[in-house]
Amino acid sequence: MRADRRTGAGGWVLRGVVVTYVVLLVAWPTGLVFKRAFQDGIDTFFSSLTSPDVQHALALTVTVAGWAVVINLVFGVAISLLLVRYRFPGRRILSVLIDVPLSVSPVVVGLALVLVYNARDGWFGTTLATWGFQVIFSTPGMIMATVFVALPLVVREVTPVLEEIGTDQEQAARSLGAGGFQTFWRITLPGIRWAIVYGLVLAVARSIGEFGAVKIVSGNITGQSQTATLAVEQTYQNFDHQAAYAIAALLAFTAMLCLIVVAILRPKEQH
Amino acid sequence: MSIRATNVTKTFGDFVALDDVTVDLPTGHLTALLGPSGGGKSTLLRIIAGLDTADSGTVEIEGVEASHLPPQKRNVGFVFQHYAAFKHMSVAKNVAFGLEIRKRKKADIDAKVKELLELVHLSQFADRMPSQLSGGQRQRMALARALAVEPSVLLLDEPFGALDAQVRKELRDWLRRLHDEIPVTTVFVTHDQEEALEVADEIVVINHGRVEQVGTPDEVYHQPANDFVMSFLGPTTTLNGSAVRPHDIDVFNQPVAGPAVEGTLTELKRIGFDVRATIDTAGGEHVTVHLTRTHADERGLDVGQRVWIVTSAERRPVAQTGLA
Ligand SMILES: Nc1ncnc2c1ncn2[C@@H]1O[C@H](COP(=O)(O)OP(=O)(O)O)[C@@H](O)[C@H]1O
Ligand SMILES: [Mg+2]
Repeated sequence: MRADRRTGAGGWVLRGVVVTYVVLLVAWPTGLVFKRAFQDGIDTFFSSLTSPDVQHALALTVTVAGWAVVINLVFGVAISLLLVRYRFPGRRILSVLIDVPLSVSPVVVGLALVLVYNARDGWFGTTLATWGFQVIFSTPGMIMATVFVALPLVVREVTPVLEEIGTDQEQAARSLGAGGFQTFWRITLPGIRWAIVYGLVLAVARSIGEFGAVKIVSGNITGQSQTATLAVEQTYQNFDHQAAYAIAALLAFTAMLCLIVVAILRPKEQH
Repeated sequence: MSIRATNVTKTFGDFVALDDVTVDLPTGHLTALLGPSGGGKSTLLRIIAGLDTADSGTVEIEGVEASHLPPQKRNVGFVFQHYAAFKHMSVAKNVAFGLEIRKRKKADIDAKVKELLELVHLSQFADRMPSQLSGGQRQRMALARALAVEPSVLLLDEPFGALDAQVRKELRDWLRRLHDEIPVTTVFVTHDQEEALEVADEIVVINHGRVEQVGTPDEVYHQPANDFVMSFLGPTTTLNGSAVRPHDIDVFNQPVAGPAVEGTLTELKRIGFDVRATIDTAGGEHVTVHLTRTHADERGLDVGQRVWIVTSAERRPVAQTGLA
């Protein structure tokens, strides 16, 4: 039900305030990024994205975000099932832990990962290093940092839907002869598929945009361990503003595309 | 015996939901598990289906010890109060589910689904989604889905509980006819005594996790094993310290031979064809009597009269209360 309220004077004032707020804070600055990126024409825009370092940074972002999203898909769904469908000691604690990435600064996440996984004196990193596996200053560490910061997104989308659909359908499937995996694949998964899609889109947006954690973990070596967000900072500091704005615009565009996809998909959920 | 539960006990924390329950449910019958809500009926049904596990005790289905079998190995059909429709599948797909899991041939599945949808009068809805069906239609779909796998027993947990009165009545008559057509052993849970009396061959009365009585509708109604069953299955009133059904008492406006009780008619309510009389006896009891209108008119009853009441001779009297 929707309140059919007339817009009074108070309503107009509120609208004005909110619109001004959003314009000043979000729309105008973001718009300016696009304006700067394209002010010397579309060719300049594209050519500033073609330098080998920028290309490498973009490719690295795709790799890191891609892996992070896949890992978060698998573990996000598994954790959601565990949280909703099972009762075990420590469940509440796990639920709180999932939200830690939302509240802890990504920089802290980066530092924590370095402490554990660095090859020189890391708690676990030295062992991994003797097996010839380097985590910090290389792609695995960056993927881990990105997985960490995007961890809650899939879980927080999926758990309420799992709660809502309940266990009746799963029990019906069991009584009709379906085993555990068949029940998951044919009943549970289709029931949460849209929640998973939303979670994934949000995770993509978050993963592409991650900066702090990745910066610390990667070592930020241009052309080697530099992602797109790090490249924005680097090019900006090197007064290559055209490249900085072009990458920034590309990042902003991708993130907005994700949000638009979500917005288009959402209404379909209530069929 | 098709389903035999022996010494089944189930606790939730400190709460005893089932207390050493033993029941034998015969093959081919339509049995009602009847009792007040919270009595443990659903818990017993779910333990039979394998959806819950008993703390102790055993369940046998068709002579097979099933206590440790998972639900998918028990070959039971289960119908839930809230339908548990597979929301993302069409009606036909819902019904086909169990057969697809069993990897039957496509042609066989299609034939069986068609046959079942006809049986539950949903043929024209085969391609609809469950959200496009009414509650009653959804429940018929759930029934067809459960029947598709040819279960050795069919278990229904308050199958009509979520439907409105009209549809509920239609569906339970229909269930009775369906059972006469396909006599698969069926157990349904209900807290509605009328539903149980009307539909079931046999009634198991359950209260506080214990079986109070097992019997035919006539037996549990007319020969209740105790006060609880007596009062749960129908209206009661107290006469000479015993619980009696109000329609098992006859009223006369003149003295009658035999052990009649004398009293004053204090109230006479006409509700459609029913007449409810209240009689205050010399012993200080307020006895309620239900008569038909014809009967009341014949007797020429009026408020304020002296009347004599007797329990109907052919009807069985009735368990004693603690007062007797
Ligand atoms: N999963 C559960 N956890 C805790 N208590 C439960 C659970 N399931 C049932 N109970 C309790 O067991 C009792 C019997 O429940 P149930 O078998 O559903 O009764 P009925 O179907 O006769 O209404 C109720 O008091 C209910 O609160
Ligand atoms: Mg119940």
